[in-house]
Amino acid sequence: MEKFTRLTGVAAPLPMVNVDTDMIIPKQFLKTIQRTGLGRNLFDEMRYDDDGNENPDFVLNKPAYREAKILVAGANFGCGSSREHAPWALLDFGIRCVIAPSFADIFYNNCFKNGILPIVLPQEEVDKLLDDAERGANATITVDLEKQEISGPDGGTIPFEVDPFRKHCLLNGLDDIGLTMEKVDRIEAFEKAYAARAPWAA
Amino acid sequence: MPQPKTLYDKIWDAHLVHEDPDGTSLLYIDRHLVHEVTSPQAFEGLRMAGRRVRCPEKTVAVPDHNVPTDIRRAERIEDEMSRIQVEALRANAREFGIELYDVDDVRQGIVHIIGPEQGWTQPGMTIVCGDSHTATHGAFGALAHGIGTSEVEHVLATQTLIQKKSKNMKVEVRGSLPLGVTAKDIVLSIIGRTGTAGGNGHVIEYCGEAIRELSMEGRMTVCNMAIEGGARAGLIAPDEKTFAYVKGRPHAPKGEDWEKAVAYWRTLFTDEGAHFDKVVVLDASEIEPVVTWGTSPEDVLPITGVVPHPDEFEGGKREAARRSLEYMGLEPGTPLRDIEIDTVFIGSCSNARIEDLREVAKVMEGRKVKEGLRAMVVPGSGLVRAQAEEEGIAQKLIEAGFDWRMAGCSMCLGMNPDQLAPGERCASTSNRNFEGRQGRGGRTHLLSPAMAAAAAITGRLTDVRELMSS
Ligand code: SF4
Repeated sequence: MEKFTRLTGVAAPLPMVNVDTDMIIPKQFLKTIQRTGLGRNLFDEMRYDDDGNENPDFVLNKPAYREAKILVAGANFGCGSSREHAPWALLDFGIRCVIAPSFADIFYNNCFKNGILPIVLPQEEVDKLLDDAERGANATITVDLEKQEISGPDGGTIPFEVDPFRKHCLLNGLDDIGLTMEKVDRIEAFEKAYAARAPWAA
Repeated sequence: MPQPKTLYDKIWDAHLVHEDPDGTSLLYIDRHLVHEVTSPQAFEGLRMAGRRVRCPEKTVAVPDHNVPTDIRRAERIEDEMSRIQVEALRANAREFGIELYDVDDVRQGIVHIIGPEQGWTQPGMTIVCGDSHTATHGAFGALAHGIGTSEVEHVLATQTLIQKKSKNMKVEVRGSLPLGVTAKDIVLSIIGRTGTAGGNGHVIEYCGEAIRELSMEGRMTVCNMAIEGGARAGLIAPDEKTFAYVKGRPHAPKGEDWEKAVAYWRTLFTDEGAHFDKVVVLDASEIEPVVTWGTSPEDVLPITGVVPHPDEFEGGKREAARRSLEYMGLEPGTPLRDIEIDTVFIGSCSNARIEDLREVAKVMEGRKVKEGLRAMVVPGSGLVRAQAEEEGIAQKLIEAGFDWRMAGCSMCLGMNPDQLAPGERCASTSNRNFEGRQGRGGRTHLLSPAMAAAAAITGRLTDVRELMSS
């Protein structure tokens, strides 16, 4: 998993509540053999018309937001099914941080597993960021995980909370595999003793 | 005196790499079996993170779920999604240096059949696969679990699994089986007794005279369905039969290693006085040939019974039974023996080993598949198929009217071209009778290979014992 330390990028505003995982990535895209490549179909039904043409009014299709790295959204973001394809699609598009007043539980957990930082802020702070985000390419935001601080385009900062263990994992790029990799000495020691004890299995 | 341990305790302890104070443990994995459906994202994850497979030599890959079972499949798989998944497995095996039994390889077959067949499966090992029927390998006294895609990736990268220990459950089957009753009847009867949630949170050890008397094939049938009883895994202590089965297989220990291995395997049994959290005892003499009538493996009755009335059940099960009967198109009170079938499927990782096919051939001796019935035999592996051909079984079954297919999961699940049509009723030796499992709207009755053969002859669910006495 890629580390998350400090992220600077354009924030796209999506002021909708209850954005569900089916909106994030519709079910016809789940038959894939890959985790990557889903970015093209992120928000598919809002992003494209029935003929597959881009809908120019959708935020991620506007020139200023095509390279967005941060999403500022409404309450209960990521509700619906547990599909891990939702964070996979966001990540593949290039979004590594979602800021909202609240998140659905499973989606929130899935984000951390995939190197995405979900940030919960009070509604009035989110509204302020939405205003900033409306300014398009002029509105780059910086999210500093170490300091737990968001800095807006005008220099103001907003502090945020995050679970210390999850922070540790993101800062160091540790998913479950990464955490187990930290114990690689023990695995190697086990393998050595095991090879002596049960050479046919080792 | 050291604390007496169960077989599960012993295998667990021998593979413990690390344990956190809250019991979260890192368990070493000896063998990892990989198939095309649950592995692509795991390999993709490795690639994205720039990781390698830690022990490619402990990993083996085989396509089975998606592959068609017609003889021309090696040329081309028509369904695009299936073809892509099989091709992805091929490419991943090559890229990460994993042994692959491809569709044109005689060793190809259902992942849980080829593991034991090639000697990957050995007593005392920990074995995982991204598939719930991995429990099959427990027949060798190996701790075998099904795992999810993110865990597949974890095992590929680290050769370990993060686990919490389950509880111990003992299922003892006392005495000997009556004539016409087989391993499948044992395990279905156990699930009928304990329910599909009876084993939740437990690892089951099957023991008792009836289990000891089973062949390795029969033991695999029993452990295969541990998952249908809710258990994480099923285990049977290894014995001389186990060692004889493993000996000489391509990946089995050789020479001095073999001696050492057997000496260790002989210590793999539950100590006198070890603690079980749950115990179930069955009397083998009371087990009859059984069939399922509903859409859960616990909906099981002796073939001599009648379709039950939903009112015989309590709580949520009453509604479930009503729904089951509607889906299955059955009237309460109908004798099970009067249920006419359209199709017979002999196959799956429950019952597609050589002994199962011999059993079918024995019942079919001098008899024919009923006119108009669709009847197929799908050997569990290319090697089972070859052996059956060598023993003359294949020829007999073909002459009797069976369609003789190439190896794969086939009609066990509706992911390849072998499927039931809506409303089609099937006597099946597979392990799941869920709604739509064998194809949308398809109706499944689970039973043993001998019972499936009997049904093929008469065209209805039939007590195989009647055919044995005549
Ligand atoms: S035969 Fe059926 S149960 Fe066994 S692995 Fe294949 S699909 Fe799963």
